[in-house]
Amino acid sequence: MNDEKHERSAASMRAAEVAVAAFLFLLGALAIWDSVRIGYVWAEDGPQAGYFTFYVGLFICISTGIIIFRALADRAMAARVYVTRGALQQVMQMFVPAVVYVVLISLIGIYVASTLFIGYFMRRLGRYPWVTTIGVAVATSVFVFVLFEVWFSVPLPKGPLEAWLGLD
Amino acid sequence: MSSKFSKLLRVSALSLGVLALALAGSPARAWEPTKTVEFIVPAGTGGGADQMARFIQAVVQKHNLMKEPLVVINKSGGAGAEGFLDVQGAKGDPHKLIITLSNLFTTPMATGVPFNWKNLTPVSMMALDEFVLWVNADTPYKTVQEYTDAAKKAGPGKFKMGGTGSKQEDQIVTVALEKATGAKFTYVPFKGGGAVATQLVGKHVDSSVNNPIEAVAQWRAGKLRPICVFDDARLPYKDKVTADMAWGDIPTCKEQGVNMSYVMLRGIFMPGGVPAEAVNYYVDLLAKVRATPEWADFMKTGAFNQTALTGEAYRKWVADAEVLHHELMKEAGFLAK
Amino acid sequence: MEEISSLMHGFGVALTLFNLGLMFVGIVLGVIIGVLPGLGGANGVAILLPLTFTMPPTSAIIMLSCIYWGALFGGAITSILFNIPGEPWSVATTFDGFPLAQKGRAGAALTAAFTSSFVGALVAVIMITFLSPVIANFALEFGPPEFFAVYLLTFCAFVGMSKGQALKTIASMMVGFGLAAVGIDTVTGQVRLTFGFTSLLQGFDFLIAVIGLFGIGEILLTLEEGLAFKGKSAKLNVKVVLETWRELPRYWLTSLRSSVVGCFMGIVPGGATPASFMSYGVAKRFSKDGERFGTGQVEGVVAPETAAHAAGTSALLPMLTLGVPGSPTAAVLLGGLLIWGLQPGPLLFQEQKEFVWGLIASMYLGNIAGLVVVLTCVPLFAAILRVPFSIIAPIIIVVCAIGAYTVHNNMLDVYMMMVFGAAGYLMRKLNYPLAPLVLALVLGDAAESSFRQAMLISAGDVSVFFSNWLVGGMTGLALLLLFWPTITVLLKRLRGG
Repeated sequence: MNDEKHERSAASMRAAEVAVAAFLFLLGALAIWDSVRIGYVWAEDGPQAGYFTFYVGLFICISTGIIIFRALADRAMAARVYVTRGALQQVMQMFVPAVVYVVLISLIGIYVASTLFIGYFMRRLGRYPWVTTIGVAVATSVFVFVLFEVWFSVPLPKGPLEAWLGLD
Repeated sequence: MSSKFSKLLRVSALSLGVLALALAGSPARAWEPTKTVEFIVPAGTGGGADQMARFIQAVVQKHNLMKEPLVVINKSGGAGAEGFLDVQGAKGDPHKLIITLSNLFTTPMATGVPFNWKNLTPVSMMALDEFVLWVNADTPYKTVQEYTDAAKKAGPGKFKMGGTGSKQEDQIVTVALEKATGAKFTYVPFKGGGAVATQLVGKHVDSSVNNPIEAVAQWRAGKLRPICVFDDARLPYKDKVTADMAWGDIPTCKEQGVNMSYVMLRGIFMPGGVPAEAVNYYVDLLAKVRATPEWADFMKTGAFNQTALTGEAYRKWVADAEVLHHELMKEAGFLAK
Repeated sequence: MEEISSLMHGFGVALTLFNLGLMFVGIVLGVIIGVLPGLGGANGVAILLPLTFTMPPTSAIIMLSCIYWGALFGGAITSILFNIPGEPWSVATTFDGFPLAQKGRAGAALTAAFTSSFVGALVAVIMITFLSPVIANFALEFGPPEFFAVYLLTFCAFVGMSKGQALKTIASMMVGFGLAAVGIDTVTGQVRLTFGFTSLLQGFDFLIAVIGLFGIGEILLTLEEGLAFKGKSAKLNVKVVLETWRELPRYWLTSLRSSVVGCFMGIVPGGATPASFMSYGVAKRFSKDGERFGTGQVEGVVAPETAAHAAGTSALLPMLTLGVPGSPTAAVLLGGLLIWGLQPGPLLFQEQKEFVWGLIASMYLGNIAGLVVVLTCVPLFAAILRVPFSIIAPIIIVVCAIGAYTVHNNMLDVYMMMVFGAAGYLMRKLNYPLAPLVLALVLGDAAESSFRQAMLISAGDVSVFFSNWLVGGMTGLALLLLFWPTITVLLKRLRGG
């Protein structure tokens, strides 16, 4: 059954808890490491550049360490669902195109990328007719162009199309 | 020889340009921007460099000196490193300018960021910013000697010098002053020049090396007293700023026997590898900006040193300044390890 | 009353047709700038500054300050509708504003936000009109130890308020401090936590983190539950304004407290963003509905908005009289003053009477104009929630991306925004409170700098934080607030025993 598959767990609460805490632990460890490099003691004229960051890192490591330890000890947590497959799929429907969009900005400029992104989303998830889709997508980009480039003269990233049109 | 030759070339190119302009009165000029010109400020909004950049933009706009728009963009990250790296990376792009302050030298030296001004094309020095030693008007000090003697008497580190940023121009001036007089200060870095002046008025620090424009209001209100200016000659401004003093009445530190001077570059650069015609275009544009009455007012308000250089003379000035900064920073122990 | 006559004269200066037109243009532009995250008031004013050089200074400052008021108003709109703060000071507005919108009360939240902004500004402007000679020099009392005490006070007013697990609160806050420290250390100029990446030198801007954590994270969470925003049923007529107004007088005490907090933070100058957090924290502690803050309380919108606007307005006082900008926007306005040939400083009030009182009069008029403009648009703003999700969601992401880019004109920020978005989603689902992270990111740097400046001045002596009544009082109050829960328990026990 499709529904059942959707309800199945994609990640348990415990797995997610441990993964996120471990990532933060890593950040904390990095902070400690760099603080030691630049000096982390209280010198005569007050704390050195790494003094605060050292303790910040230490606190991150201690608190996330305990979180990891507790999660691993908690059996019940492993049975709880963090995210179901269906939900994850929904989220990925947005997140993946958004990541692609952000990468595209640096390649083809923000205006073309935005048009494509809005268009894709409306067509794919909203199932709007082509006319509406193209209308909204193009209108948004043109509006943004006028607002930023013309009125506020704030240059945003541009790509080959704008160069070809002589708009950059 | 090569410098002479290029100077000759430049002069002839310029006079040719002027000639062509005079003869035809038409856009016979070799190069003109074809799109928006980005004017990068390697500092935050509201600071001295930002003010000057936006002022230039306003003058260009008001007098219609350029057909395409000039847009000011702040790239202040990493003590300006972000802006410099951006321009360094835009090799050959003639639609990009950058205004500099001393962080042109200090940022790469103090942080080890892979940037050097030699990868940029110097366009024009617009002015030099002055540094003045200020104390609170309630204190008895009238000369550098009196002040530094008091600092020495109090013991090393007892007197606090407020300044903008760390390992940048204000701290360099402080270190140079210490070296020249033997006094030892505790340097306290703040975020902006206005904050430093207020801290001095509020007596949280004992002195500052604010730029004239940062402290002038408090001077006029009788809260601060200028001791001396860190330049080779007195400022040329004779109009009274307070009831009885003009900028020109402030003695130089050298007059008072402290053998040091420091000025800060306010200059314009372009990315490397740009066509010479483009450089000439901007040299010409900026010369027109400097010729406006607005600019003269601006220079007077900020009590700037109006030295303006271009071409080889400018390049040489920058090269000398780099050596000087390297020495000062090395002695102070500010160089990146 | 000399002030009254000066003010009347000021109204005469401000009330020309030309100036009124500029006021209106400024407000509308400001609201647009405020709505767009990233393009903040400071950028907006800086961008439009050169346009004003051809105007008389008084007209120019009227238009630019109206952009500033407009941005103050506009920041709340996206906070309430989409959980995306348009301006730093509207982060605290999301805490209750967004839940209200989800409950279908977007109109009420917007009305409350706009009205309290107006009240905050009004209190501040009245204070400027009558008390400026008295309080102008207050900021001079503030050295590094005092500034640190102010930040500590903000922190203590705010922490302990999140109900989440203590461990996760600590972790989240520390991550915020850690992120704030990335880049160049202000005090020593040393590079830290960049691990050799030049692109990290600029550090993490708090707006990028907020756009990602709150904005993108929220959209991802919404998607889990299907393709729709909650709160579509928001009422769409002007009646909602009147209904909300009837409710607002109930929160007079919160308004008053928040105005005081805001004015104080503006004059010091500590800034509108800390003011909004501090005010929210204080309101939560002392309101009888404090327990329910964060679930969509109108009072939770009133508190931060009043304080932010009061602080934003009173920040102009230290700018005019001392030349110390109380906010990034004030810093840009300050640059403008210098370019017009006006010297901010103690003498400005005597030498440039027409300019100063024209500006003050425009504060009254600009805020009234602003309130009228934004209130009439409340139904329009609330109607945005009715746009189908599959159209509005990608547009929001586009706006977020533009916002992230415009903060530093840097693509890395846009990538970081997506990373923060993913982190926001993951952390929210695990009940990590995000507010402490954001607050730590906002204040971390400034707090650390002022602490270490204080240490430089006192040669490493910590007792400097109790060295006079001002700093000692604030530090004491901060500690009192921090331990308030413990103290109340003790008091109860004493009474019981």
